[in-house]
Amino acid sequence: MSTVPLTHILFVSTSLFFIGMYGLFTRRNMITMLMSIELILNSVNINFVAFNKYLYPDKLDGVFFSIFIVAIAAAEAAVAIAIIINLYRSHRSIDVEDAAEMKF
Amino acid sequence: MSASSIIFYCISAFILGAAILSVTTTKIFRAAIWLLFSLIGIAGLYFWMQVQFVAAVQIVVYVGGIVVLIIFSIFLTQQSGAEMPKPKLKTIIFSLLATLLGIGFTYNLINQYGFSGEPIKPFAVSVSDIGTQMLSTSQYGFVLPFEVVSMLLLAAMVGCIVIAMKASPGDDSSAVNGKINKAQTSPDLTSVTNILTTPAKEMEEIAE
Repeated sequence: MSTVPLTHILFVSTSLFFIGMYGLFTRRNMITMLMSIELILNSVNINFVAFNKYLYPDKLDGVFFSIFIVAIAAAEAAVAIAIIINLYRSHRSIDVEDAAEMKF
Repeated sequence: MSASSIIFYCISAFILGAAILSVTTTKIFRAAIWLLFSLIGIAGLYFWMQVQFVAAVQIVVYVGGIVVLIIFSIFLTQQSGAEMPKPKLKTIIFSLLATLLGIGFTYNLINQYGFSGEPIKPFAVSVSDIGTQMLSTSQYGFVLPFEVVSMLLLAAMVGCIVIAMKASPGDDSSAVNGKINKAQTSPDLTSVTNILTTPAKEMEEIAE
């Protein structure tokens, strides 16, 4: 049914990963950096499911890994947003340049 | 070129276009909406790969949970239509260079590895198989990571509440240091418990 080779799916997920990296490099707003991290995690999920489908169709390990990654990403996003809101209360800004006290 | 591969390339173009717009737009609310479209496209890709359960999880958790959380935090922290400052030209050039280098390197690696193009046999994943293996305690069961993830979610929930808790009014400067200690002895909590216990007392009085 699917005549698309595995490498094309891998190209899509690679491009998505590096788009997320570009966002992480250029953005200075914490919420948009969090969005870039979500893109990176999703590209990894695509890879897991594609490898499971194309190389090991008898097993389900890739599906389990992607489900666990989704759960951990949800926990990570919730904690990150709590930290961002707390930082906004004390600094009145969510720019990473304004929150450099813990840098040194 | 079959219809299935045309659908795949359309979904991929949609995902990548929405992702690029999400990391380059200067309005933060639009970035969140483009991220939403990109995540929906990824769910469509899972549907195309015939893993319906992962697609459903993707829609429920990402589209229904995380993006809504991000949009709420945008509303809480700043004006939703505010323009973000554009990054410096030097930053753009160097990050483009780094990402293009990374894409080229990984493209080369994937091309030279020589994956077998077609799936060996059809991949059918049923939800009952996922549930059985997820909770089985035998050799390939996933019950230990399942329990660890549930503990992680509980810890994240408690941690979020403690971190984002508003300090009681009057001590805004010292609130950050001793918030947890104060939360246990703060007058707010005792008043809350008073409110909670008063209806029971009134009920007893009425009964007497």
